[in-house]
Order: sequence, then C-alpha cells, then structure tokens
Amino acid sequence: MLLSNLEVVPHKKIVRHLGLVQGSTVRAKHAGRDIMAGLKNLVGGELKGYTELLQDAREEATGRMVEQANAIGANAVLNIRYATSSVASGASELFAYGTAVELED
Amino acid sequence: MEWMLQYFEIFFALCLLIVGYGFGRLAEKRHYKSIFKREKKYQELLVFSLKTPPEGLTVTDSRLVTGSVVVSIDYFKKFVAGLRMLVGGRLRSYETLVDRGRREAVLRMKEQALLLHADSVINVKVETSSISKGRRNSIGSIEVCAYGTALKHA
Repeated sequence: MLLSNLEVVPHKKIVRHLGLVQGSTVRAKHAGRDIMAGLKNLVGGELKGYTELLQDAREEATGRMVEQANAIGANAVLNIRYATSSVASGASELFAYGTAVELED
Repeated sequence: MEWMLQYFEIFFALCLLIVGYGFGRLAEKRHYKSIFKREKKYQELLVFSLKTPPEGLTVTDSRLVTGSVVVSIDYFKKFVAGLRMLVGGRLRSYETLVDRGRREAVLRMKEQALLLHADSVINVKVETSSISKGRRNSIGSIEVCAYGTALKHA
C-alpha cells in the first residue's frame, strides 16, 4: 500500500479512482501519564507520554484508513490529510482521510 | 494560624514560579541548542511545501512521512502570559513554545525521511492543535504534527 499526501504519484499512473477512505480513533490518556504530564508542565518542555500516545493514535487512524482502502481493492491512498480535535477534556480524536486509488504496476 | 497558612500558600506559589523559571529556561535553551544542531545536520534534505516535485526530476519512489511532538509551557511563562493578557499584545512566551514545537516536528519528519534514504520531502503540511483545551487550570500544551511525501530521486 502506497501512502502519500500528493494528489498524483510522480512515478506511476492512476488507473482507477475508488473514492474517499477514512479512519479515526478517539484516545484518552491514562491517569498515571496524566499525573506525570502535570508535573512536567511545571518546567515545560516536551511531554513524551503524550507524544507517544498521539503517535500511536495517528498510526491507528492511518491503519484503519488503509484497511478500508484494502477492502475496496485499492493499492494506494493519495492526498492524505490528518486532523486532530479534542472531543472532551483529556481526550482527543485523530482523524485521517484520503483518496483510494488503483495504480498501474 | 490562619495567617501562616496564607503565607505558606504564597510561598508555595513563589517556589513553583522559581522552579518553573529555572528549569524551564534551562530546558528551552537545551532544546534550542539541539534544534539548531539537528537543523544544520539535516540541511541537505530539502523540504518543500509545493504539491509537485521540482521540474526535471525523475522520481523513483514516494512515501508518506510524519513527525509529531507535544510541548508544554512552564509555570513561570504561563504566569507571565497571564499578566500579559490583561493588557494584550504579543505573548512572547507562547511564541517560543509554538516555534519550538513546529521546528521539532519538522525535524522528526526529516529524521523519518532520512531513515528511508529519501532525497527530498514535498507537500509538507504542519498542523497545530491544543490538547488541553477547555479545561480549567489548563496548561498551555500543544501538539504539532508535520507530514509530507518523501521522494527518492533517480
């Protein structure tokens, strides 16, 4: 599966467009991490626990999108966009969407 | 007894401010140092926000790369920003926060692209979101995600 946020693939031709595919996940951080992050907030800087959490979540959203694309017989997803929104305090939604296409071999 | 408790509260807040100021400054300095160092190191990998690769290039492979980071502001800076908000104007303490976040995210994306032996990254999007929005006593922490398509040239 080729993933790209370009509208075209520079080295391959698109044979068929299969429409929009999307994947999303809502994650909350667990209390232990939250407390550590609270302490870290005092001195500022990177909150590693959150970085990891969001990265995992993003990967999962991408994975779900890829699953959907696989199901409709695509071999690439183009023009991928990511969006983040906080649905409740302490939880955030990660959303990935793109266009599933079939590329020539 | 009551007045002692009150003093203790003020003392405690002051302690937090001092700790935040000291460590926050140190951490920021160190972070900037590492950012400068890595930005120089990865200079050769070109990053574009263009949608199509520069003309005359033959591309052999393309792959999505991402980099993300969560950074937060320290207690002292938050306090200063709170004062600043009374009168309005530039919030310099938040400016360095978003600057650090963006640059770090782009650097991480570049690191990922280098792992794939890419020659350039195009169509880079940088997205910022606040993860502690709407919460009381919320601390300013932001998440920055940078993503683009890594290309291999012939």
